Amino acid sequence: MAEVRPFTIESFYKFVGEGKLMAAKCNSCGAVILPPRPACTKCLSKDLKWIPIGNECKLLTYTVIHVSPKEFESRVPYALGIVKFNEGGQLLGMIRDIEPNKLQVGMTLRVNFETTSAPTTLPQTTPQWPQWPRFYFKPV
Amino acid sequence: MTSKPLVSIVSAGMSKFGRFDGVYARELFVEAAKDAYEKCPNLDPKRDIKALIVGQMGESFEHQGHTGPTVADWIGLTPIPTMRTEAACSSSAVAIRAGLMAIISGLHDVVMVGGVEKMTHRKTSDVTEYLAMACDYPFEQWQGATFPGLFAMVGRAHMHKYGTTEKQMALVAVKNHHHGAMNPKAHMQKEICLEDALSSRVVAWPLKLYDCSLITDGASCLILTKPEIAKRFTDTPIHIIGSGHASDTIGLYERQNLTNLNAGRLAGEEAYKMAGVEPKDIDVAEVHDCFTIAEIVAYEDLGFCPQGKGGCLIEEGQTGLDGKVAVNTSGGLKAKGHPVGATGTAQACEIYLQLTEQAGKRQVKGAEIGLTHNIGGLGATGVVNIYKRG
Repeated sequence: MAEVRPFTIESFYKFVGEGKLMAAKCNSCGAVILPPRPACTKCLSKDLKWIPIGNECKLLTYTVIHVSPKEFESRVPYALGIVKFNEGGQLLGMIRDIEPNKLQVGMTLRVNFETTSAPTTLPQTTPQWPQWPRFYFKPV
Repeated sequence: MTSKPLVSIVSAGMSKFGRFDGVYARELFVEAAKDAYEKCPNLDPKRDIKALIVGQMGESFEHQGHTGPTVADWIGLTPIPTMRTEAACSSSAVAIRAGLMAIISGLHDVVMVGGVEKMTHRKTSDVTEYLAMACDYPFEQWQGATFPGLFAMVGRAHMHKYGTTEKQMALVAVKNHHHGAMNPKAHMQKEICLEDALSSRVVAWPLKLYDCSLITDGASCLILTKPEIAKRFTDTPIHIIGSGHASDTIGLYERQNLTNLNAGRLAGEEAYKMAGVEPKDIDVAEVHDCFTIAEIVAYEDLGFCPQGKGGCLIEEGQTGLDGKVAVNTSGGLKAKGHPVGATGTAQACEIYLQLTEQAGKRQVKGAEIGLTHNIGGLGATGVVNIYKRG
């Protein structure tokens, strides 16, 4: 676990591309910082380490998107949720492999990773950077 | 006992809100400025106005930045100092904050603050994309989130925790359209019924088309002065007696509380304390109803009802013109329209009209104390001001 990568958004998504969800942990105050930031937002320390975040998470809230940006049009309607991890920290992502009417606040979900890095065609107005891989959630 | 005035409003102006093809933002601002000047004949703009602060969210709409001098030039106020403020949908509420700082510091005695946005010439999908820039791109839009989708998640969390219903959200739209129908400057001067709202197409469940505010063109402005000199310009100044401004995480997903918008709540607490008033003292309020759930959340964040009871407050009719607090008498963002940069000062324009008894058919009788609540993005900015008759 001695990865020496900068605590940046870019690093976070590089890990996602490797099938790993990683957070920063503050060695000074113990805060879990997800997504990572270059310094702890609780105590401002820059003494951080990378920690893995477990696969399971709890759904806090969700929506079903019917009107989407261009790059997601082929997927509508799609579910999006905000989840909380046991280690601390929350993320937002798509929820797949479930009928929208089966979604329930409080249900347990599992993190998955897209296999291709840029699965959708970006509109011309979107800059070429970033082109990150995505994670998503699905029922256990 | 209310506190002493921070600054006074001696005039307020608005362009018509709506869709104006072939009109530039700066031209809309000329209409708002002219409206403010006509309401205040004792003001000599070129002699009296010492600075101009203009809120605008996006240069993407018109490929035009540097809004301060653009507007100052078109309204003939160069070479006074001018700048743009940006805080997404609360861009001109923070222009008011900057105006307060300029006057309270003693730097200027008369300041024009305002806001403008020209949006309708863009495709809806482009507008939606620009507005979403107010959220956390790498962790929200990149994952498929839309602006309505994020507010929908607040709505879903509120439904789950407090039993708030889609019908209660729809009632906000019905009320605000009812008010908007009485406002000659509103974008949509049309009543809607509950069935229309509930059966409109789903945008991001539980939010439907009629739960969403309008894409609108418009401009608005206020003339702020030191309280000591306000009577030089008008016999009926309105005083700002309390002001609060707070921030929150840029992403919704990080927050412990997903049912409410803490920056709006903190801004409200600060403004009430500064003004020396309580929620029950507010007669008329303009709150940020970018989506109907946001108005329900605002009731709670501003203390108009207990936490979790926002849905009941609208259902009981307590926020109509004859309710215990009249909310969004202008029609709100929902019916008056939401030219994002112009919204903050347009809310203050409505309170100015109400407290000077110029609100016509939608006048709240005897309104003495008013409040504005403006939210930027997904509540990452919150600004609340409290107003009192001079």
